[in-house]
Amino acid sequence: MSRFYKILFLILVGVVTLQTTYASEAQAAGEPLNVREFILEHISDSYEWHITKIGEKHISIPLPIIVYSQTSGWHVFMSSAFHHAPVHNGFTIAHEGASKGKIVEIDAAGKQTKPFDISITKNVFSLLFSSTILIIIILSVARSYKKGSYKPQKGFIAFMEMFIMNVNNDIIKPCIGKDYKRYAPYLLTVFFFIFINNILGLIPIFPGGANVTGNIAITFVLAICTFLIVNFSGTKEYWREILWPDVPLWLKAPVPLMPVIELVGIFTKPFALMIRLFANMLAGHSIVLGLTALVFVTVSLGPVMNTSMTVVSVVFSVFIAFVELLVAYIQAYIFTMLSAVFIGLARVEPHHKH
Amino acid sequence: MSLLTPDSGLLFWMLLSFGIVVFVLTKFGFPVIIKMVEERKAYIEESLLMAEKARIELQQVKAEGEQIIATARNEHKAIIAEAAELKDKLVKDARVQAQVEADKVIAESRRLIEFEKEEALRSIRKQVAEISVSISEKVLRTKLAEKGEQQAMIERLLDEINVSKS
Repeated sequence: MSRFYKILFLILVGVVTLQTTYASEAQAAGEPLNVREFILEHISDSYEWHITKIGEKHISIPLPIIVYSQTSGWHVFMSSAFHHAPVHNGFTIAHEGASKGKIVEIDAAGKQTKPFDISITKNVFSLLFSSTILIIIILSVARSYKKGSYKPQKGFIAFMEMFIMNVNNDIIKPCIGKDYKRYAPYLLTVFFFIFINNILGLIPIFPGGANVTGNIAITFVLAICTFLIVNFSGTKEYWREILWPDVPLWLKAPVPLMPVIELVGIFTKPFALMIRLFANMLAGHSIVLGLTALVFVTVSLGPVMNTSMTVVSVVFSVFIAFVELLVAYIQAYIFTMLSAVFIGLARVEPHHKH
Repeated sequence: MSLLTPDSGLLFWMLLSFGIVVFVLTKFGFPVIIKMVEERKAYIEESLLMAEKARIELQQVKAEGEQIIATARNEHKAIIAEAAELKDKLVKDARVQAQVEADKVIAESRRLIEFEKEEALRSIRKQVAEISVSISEKVLRTKLAEKGEQQAMIERLLDEINVSKS
């Protein structure tokens, strides 16, 4: 155990030294760090995968840009094209305005228009990567079964099996009720999709680290899927409870007060799902980045302050990273559980009045 | 703020990839896994039940076997006892029969002895008579002088013989 602490301490010292030197250099270069920009840049999407900056040289992985312009049709090129010239084939990345950070098309008159943009951005790449990994993992588990053999699995497959059955039996089954089997595959997919994206988001090096589940487009699609499934599996009783609830008559006619509230409720449920996952993951990334930024911010306070704050920063970052690991599971768990609860509520059976 | 507006490109890719993920995993992934795990669970439960049943059956068979052994042992004991009894009876019977036979033989021999004795007595008497006759002859030859005395003597002798004979 003492050896473990020694190694941990050495790593800590190493990291602290490295960070302080780097921060001093950055300070020496005369660029005061804009923490807000720094965090926003990391948690938002981008057209290339920025890895690091050595001296004045940016090291990044170029990603393909796919845009469709009203005037000139489809364009596919690598984002590294922007390194050579800021405007490529009439396209550029806007630096201000409503579409800041997005690809815009500049016509001859200098007017900016937004093209149809399905570029493989950082988030898209990470999304495709995690989807592929997820499919490979789950299918490898599914393919490992042989017909007529009930031998228990071993190793990673056994772990995944236990994980899957745990989600199936402890989240989905009790929340939906008797016909949970119809919805279990979808909910399991949602759980593992969110979980793998959360976990990949915590890995700071390529191909992890993208803020996929902390992006509203992702959680939006997930919430829409749950919304559709919940409402398409709604029973007659579910709709009756919304449109003609068991409340005093004056609450539902002539002014349909309760029905309106219930109808709004249909939309607030998935909306809450969307915002919860998005905000939690975004906040997690922001905290880690904020703590890291502490190192750079305190450079101006002198070496003593800087070093001590670096220690604090690293210790807190490690702590938050562990918390985020937990959050990655909890958010996947909550999304799945609430989706299951909503489905369970929509599958309500008419209760007999005594 | 751009953080809160869903980006159309990402939306498109998310719909596409999530759709594919959902399709593939709900068709070939999770149902297979759940089905297999549940089948295995059922199989294990069934096996346990069967094992329990087999155990009970084995116990029954064991008890039955023990019972059979016990009965056999009892029968064996009974047979032995019976055999011993039979042996005793046979011996007794044989003894009785031997006794009877011996008694018969003894009786026969006694009869024979009696007969022999009688015969012997008869022959002795005969001989005695002959001897007496010859003695008397001799006596008579010597003492024939006195006729009256001789006659009396003969009479006396004959009486004596008759007395002894009766």
